[in-house]
Amino acid sequence: MTRPWLTNLLLVGPAALAVALFIFLPVAVVFVLAFTDYLIGAPSATWVGLENFQQLLGSRLGRNALINTLVYAAIVIPASVGLGLIVALGLHSLATRLPRIATLLQTVYFLPVAATLVAMAVAWQMLLHPSLGLVNTWLSALGLSGQQWLTDRDIVLFTLALIGIWQTVGYNMVLFLAGLSAIPATLYDAAAVDGAKGGWTRFWTVTWPMLGPTTLFVLIVTAANTFRVFETVATLTEGGPAFASDTIVYALYREGFVYFKAGYASAITVVFFAALLLLTAIQILLIERRVHYR
Amino acid sequence: MTPARLLSLGLLSLGAAMVLLPFVWMVSVSLKPHAEIFTTDVRLLPRSFTLQNYWHALTETAIPRYLMNGAIVTGGILALQLLVTVPCAYALAHRTFPGRQVLFGSVVAALLVPFHVTAIPIFLGLAWVGWLNTYTALILPFIATAFGLFLLRQAFAQIPGELVDAARVDGMSEMGIAWRIAFPLGLPTVIAFSIFSVTAHWNDLFWPLIATTDSALATPPRGILFFRDEESGDDVGPLMAGATLITAPLILGFLLAQKRFTQGLASTGLKR
Amino acid sequence: MRPILSLRHVTKRFGETAAVQDVSLDLKEGEFLALLGPSGCGKSTCLRLLAGLDRPSAGHVQLGHRDVTKLGAAERNIALMFQSYALYPHLTVYQNIAMPLRLRSLTVMQRLPGAALLSVQVRGVLSDIDTNVRAVADMLGLTDLLGRKPGQLSGGQQQRAALARALVRAPSAFLLDEPLSNLDIQLRAETREEIKALHRRTGYPFLVVTHDQADALSMADRVAVMMAGRISQVGTPHAIYHTPATREVAQFIGQHRMNILPRGAGGALHPAGAKLDLGVRPEHLAVCHAGTCEARLPATVESISFQGDETLVRVRGPGDASLLMVLRGADAPPEQGASLHLTAVPGALHAFGEDGDRRELAA
Repeated sequence: MTRPWLTNLLLVGPAALAVALFIFLPVAVVFVLAFTDYLIGAPSATWVGLENFQQLLGSRLGRNALINTLVYAAIVIPASVGLGLIVALGLHSLATRLPRIATLLQTVYFLPVAATLVAMAVAWQMLLHPSLGLVNTWLSALGLSGQQWLTDRDIVLFTLALIGIWQTVGYNMVLFLAGLSAIPATLYDAAAVDGAKGGWTRFWTVTWPMLGPTTLFVLIVTAANTFRVFETVATLTEGGPAFASDTIVYALYREGFVYFKAGYASAITVVFFAALLLLTAIQILLIERRVHYR
Repeated sequence: MTPARLLSLGLLSLGAAMVLLPFVWMVSVSLKPHAEIFTTDVRLLPRSFTLQNYWHALTETAIPRYLMNGAIVTGGILALQLLVTVPCAYALAHRTFPGRQVLFGSVVAALLVPFHVTAIPIFLGLAWVGWLNTYTALILPFIATAFGLFLLRQAFAQIPGELVDAARVDGMSEMGIAWRIAFPLGLPTVIAFSIFSVTAHWNDLFWPLIATTDSALATPPRGILFFRDEESGDDVGPLMAGATLITAPLILGFLLAQKRFTQGLASTGLKR
Repeated sequence: MRPILSLRHVTKRFGETAAVQDVSLDLKEGEFLALLGPSGCGKSTCLRLLAGLDRPSAGHVQLGHRDVTKLGAAERNIALMFQSYALYPHLTVYQNIAMPLRLRSLTVMQRLPGAALLSVQVRGVLSDIDTNVRAVADMLGLTDLLGRKPGQLSGGQQQRAALARALVRAPSAFLLDEPLSNLDIQLRAETREEIKALHRRTGYPFLVVTHDQADALSMADRVAVMMAGRISQVGTPHAIYHTPATREVAQFIGQHRMNILPRGAGGALHPAGAKLDLGVRPEHLAVCHAGTCEARLPATVESISFQGDETLVRVRGPGDASLLMVLRGADAPPEQGASLHLTAVPGALHAFGEDGDRRELAA
């Protein structure tokens, strides 16, 4: 206590140094690199201005990665949020009658969240295997033709989206369940006294508006996570076939660490980062606006 | 039970079965003998069980090595994260010092930065000092955890200031207060953060794929890909056994401490 | 006066425990009834049974001559003001008040946004709703607050919004659950008067559930006292205070807890005291000066506590009974340790048998 500055330094120094060194410095560096043509291992680099961004947004390949990511998000966000809500509503009402079964089902739905995604992707690969997999076997038993789930350019992105939904539903369900249990029971009583008869009316009068903040949160978290899709792409398709499943983070990895184009990969990083910041800005704006009801 | 309730229970169970399918299939294939996997008569459950695939995965592949690497890397990351984060979070919550506001503001700002954004410069930095392809490369970048700092600061701020003052009056050092007062009182949050940290880094593929090329250093997800790419489709049984083995630790942890796990992953939802 | 809303031998069990046991209660046309009891006595359960939020395990609920036991709250046209007010936080005050009318007079399809643009009929209903909402808002002084959300209102304003939502649709009965418990002391007194005025103006039968006897005694025409799941006594506030039906009611009602002299100890105050428990309220005890009184109880002063307008004197009487006495006005308080004689105000003695029920005393 005789030298408070030393105490402070001891307490705060290591963490502050780590945050500066491993978060703020790299962010600054990435923003600089994005305007250069630096190649990993090259002795020098030149300033190229917006060229990297022009290449990303202007080339077919760059746009392809962005569009794939958006298509993937456009499927996974509504499906996993919608299914998460439906499952949560079902389990919430089941919990009052059959609490054990509800708990068991909740465990099952959450399992993919806790599991190692790469290992599960390998299992999915086996499940979707054209000849040895269960899915095509069952499809042909139903008289339907099997698909090349991971090698057909027209299907592969949807297959990845399906796995993304499979992985995310349980997480969203847990968030919705927390939101549901926070709704005061007296509001349902009030709605009943006010004349709300069926489950449908109760849902639109109380449940849906009261879940507003939760829904916004779930949407933003899901969006942020779908933009980051990487593990399944890297494990199952490596962006292929013919870049049909190339996504923004996978492109970042490929350009930066397979082709060593650090400058171009940094530009991808900056665009990716900007998209996430935009999401956060939307979230803050909407919360300020109305969802908190104040 | 009304028909509507029965229908909803039926649909929920059907959904759960679909969620479970990849798990069932993974375990099922891992228990099938080689000949049964490679037939045209594909079935969900094995007709005859064998543990041969697990024996193969444990004795003739590097799976045990990957599991050990996973333990070293996640353990190392968590230990170092706590070591630097706990004192700093305590100071942010219960001490005034010049720059505290700036530091806390920086932590909140850093929350917005996903690891992917910092990967290229960190890779370049580690290459420059020659630390690529080491455990250090896998562990060091994650010591800085804005998320941990934020979460623990919020938890420590709940501890009454009078309690901290009482400890000071009793002659405890500041570092002592951080570890012997704040740490145990904030334990639920520490555990939630630990579950989040271990899960995130055990499952991470992005950074191990970048920072290491040496298969002796591979963490479980990286390792299972090495394994898959080597055996090139002939050893599906051991591959599924390996996948089961590397998923098992977290799944078991989840099943044993479900509430904490769910809370740990859900309350930390800001950042996943 | 005919009963509007009644419980008939109603029992409600939650698992093994019965929260309400064989309760019968009538809310009559135009009256103001208070259901009074300590917390956990089952009065809120009664309210939920009356409103249709819970179903009785046994017995019937009647609305007028109709048996509504099996009908839900939505089908009963009973208004209920919740203790927490239960306003919809995402809706404005206007929308909150309009909700019961929208739910009752519009179908699911007609409530969809934009329905008013397509249907003349919906526009007609909405304009009726608007008239009603503005009328009730005007009555409760909410007109300037109609555009606000509940989170922007003070506690008192929220309470008035909840009142308005309950009253907007001409209910057959109006139930209020602890209407004053969330208000501060000053607002409480004002609101009591407001609720009484509201009752006079609307003429609906009112049922107030409360644990606060001052609220019950000051507002209601009749009070039903509930103890441990059963109705102990129903009567006017005057009757509840002056002729309590059981020992429990006697000790529950009154600003100070009634003194009970166990059998034998009260013999000096009344001959019946030899065989019965005698009760006397602290405010009905007085010091007996120099042989002026017929019946006198010897006692020793144990402690004195001065409280401004009154002085509380705790004394030890015969049979080691501890008694409380309230002295008002300019009476000089006795000294600690002094021996004195106590007497009771004539007619203020209560007698209770072994079963706890009231026994009438010969004058």
